[in-house]
Amino acid sequence: MNLDELDDLARTFTEESANISHEVRVCMAASCQSSGAQPVLDALRKAQEATGADHCRVKGVGCMGLCSAGPLATLGERDAGLNESKIYRELSPNHAESLIGAVQGDTNAEEALASQRCPSDLPFFQRQQKVVLEHAGVIDPDSFKGYVAVGGYRAMVQALTEMTPAEVVAEVTTSGLRGRGGGGYPTGLKWSTVAKMPGEQKYVICNADEGDPGAFMDRAILESDPHRVLEGMAIAAYAIGANKGYIYVRAEYPLAVERLKTAIRKAKRQGFLGNHVCETQFNFDVEIRLGAGAFVCGEETALMASIEGGRGQPRPRPPYPAESGLFGRPTLINNVETYANIAAIVSEGGDWFASIGTERSKGTKVFALAGTIVNTGLIEVPMGTRLRDIIEVIGGGIPDGKAFKAVQTGGPSGGCVPAAHLDIAVDYDSLKTLGTMMGSGGMIVMDETSSMVDVARFFMEFCMDESCGKCVPCRTGTQQMHALLDKIAKSNATHADLALLEELCEVVQATSLCGLGQTAPNPVMSTLRYFRDEYEEKLASH
Amino acid sequence: MQRQRPDLPSADKRWKLVNATMRRNGYAEHALIEALHSVQDAFGFLDTDAMTFVADSLDLPLSKVYGVATFYHLFMLKPQGRHTCVVCTGTACYIKGAGALIEGIEQRFGVNPGETTDDKALSVMTARCVGACGLAPAVVLDGDVIGKLGTDKLVERIEQEIRE
Repeated sequence: MNLDELDDLARTFTEESANISHEVRVCMAASCQSSGAQPVLDALRKAQEATGADHCRVKGVGCMGLCSAGPLATLGERDAGLNESKIYRELSPNHAESLIGAVQGDTNAEEALASQRCPSDLPFFQRQQKVVLEHAGVIDPDSFKGYVAVGGYRAMVQALTEMTPAEVVAEVTTSGLRGRGGGGYPTGLKWSTVAKMPGEQKYVICNADEGDPGAFMDRAILESDPHRVLEGMAIAAYAIGANKGYIYVRAEYPLAVERLKTAIRKAKRQGFLGNHVCETQFNFDVEIRLGAGAFVCGEETALMASIEGGRGQPRPRPPYPAESGLFGRPTLINNVETYANIAAIVSEGGDWFASIGTERSKGTKVFALAGTIVNTGLIEVPMGTRLRDIIEVIGGGIPDGKAFKAVQTGGPSGGCVPAAHLDIAVDYDSLKTLGTMMGSGGMIVMDETSSMVDVARFFMEFCMDESCGKCVPCRTGTQQMHALLDKIAKSNATHADLALLEELCEVVQATSLCGLGQTAPNPVMSTLRYFRDEYEEKLASH
Repeated sequence: MQRQRPDLPSADKRWKLVNATMRRNGYAEHALIEALHSVQDAFGFLDTDAMTFVADSLDLPLSKVYGVATFYHLFMLKPQGRHTCVVCTGTACYIKGAGALIEGIEQRFGVNPGETTDDKALSVMTARCVGACGLAPAVVLDGDVIGKLGTDKLVERIEQEIRE
């Protein structure tokens, strides 16, 4: 199959819905489903049938982003994007008839919905730039045809039929894309390393073990546009010479797993996965592997141990996965969001991608906003967006008139950014300078009522529970640091305890085997850096 | 020579499901976690019979199976109550008061996370982020994510679930 044939196929799929002029789209991602999106969708289908409005289609779609206001739905023309549609919030089945009326231009129905309507100039929607999430909230994630109709699998077919593997790697290198899982390692460099490795059997792995508490970017991508991730993986496999891929996904994300399974099944049936992908010489098969609730499995060597069926314990590197990874073979591991960027890079070109973002951090980044912030949800902005814009403009600021205190990034491996640094341009390097990290993209906003000692203790408890127990510094160090933090939080500690805590931070950081232990002290060091007075206050009586 | 696969532990049809998962993966060692998932899906927990069956089928020492089963939080070695309530203790839920929910459940039902009530009606667990941060504090009650509930409302919902 070449590009012309794929475009013909896309046209055929579009023509199948030629009589449809308008769409009502209901967000069916996990968060909106939990707020009751299914009954809304059912009521809409019923209302649509009752009115016999055949030109209007009711469709379940992926994440629209504003999770705190779910269930969400949009009304608009068939091919309209999210921002060209009218967005409605906090819907119930009672709104269904009005929504069906409104999409047909009934002004009374539209007025009846006025209180649910999100203003069309809402910065939450207008200030975003979507690359990874371009189809999220627009296409039906379970529809293969829907994905192809919006240009899906075009990048894969282009790579397979018009580019050599080396050209694909070169394009990714040009793009300047860095790993979105947290480390920020240049993706092109990683790909070229694995591509150069000798050996018949290589693997690609998609790390969808999104364990950082407060992060749900990958879940939303998988639930909204699963084919996009498969396409990225297939392109990667072609580029490095692999024929087998694994997606390691958390068992806590049942909906994402279900949609991935559907996507894999449909892509295989259509010849877009499996042997002779799109009638080329390229073979690529994908399997899903479920995690079982171990945070450490987000670490690449632990993740591979888990796919191999064992305890998810990391091992020392080198050898790196590129040389000896899954089943001892050269392996490429990237995160969900990294793969979701690939199709756009191949289609639009590495130079286009590199034109977005800052000098050393290219492209966009998906962030999950949570905590005490008005607009909890999922956003995508160019790298280098001011943190203040993310929190105050897009996020809508802090609710209940409280004051902003800090935002935690990077989860249990990261740190916090206090109000004084709200004007930084967010990218990999600026966050590092402030003693925190990009991480996978979770941003937890805290207001003045949060105690930073408690927050540090919370993260340490997390790391203590999640330590796999293999190396001593992490296994016992996190225990001891947690005990000290607990003592401080309960105002039972002395200055000597604080000094011991700081010393332990350095030791655990320097001597732990894997990223979990090496970064476990970060939340403590970061809160000490910016909120030392809160620690000192708790010591005051001793 | 082909190794003899063990017989199914009993006539219970659920063992066939477990066996099918292992067969689909060619009884390969790396299918261990998949096999344990299918046992838990079918029976709700992993007992010694199940682990022995999986170990024999995949030709692995029981110690390895036990080691894997106890490593991962999701695998349960004890039977669960008729209803399960998983309180998310991720960062966003923590900030929004997951601790109060756990306390409220403890006060009303007398169980802490990881425990089951004596009448086997309710098991309470915690999870490290269910990814529903927009609904914080989030709780997964019998598989359904519910969010933004105060302690009283949550206790009411659980009572209602138990009654039904």
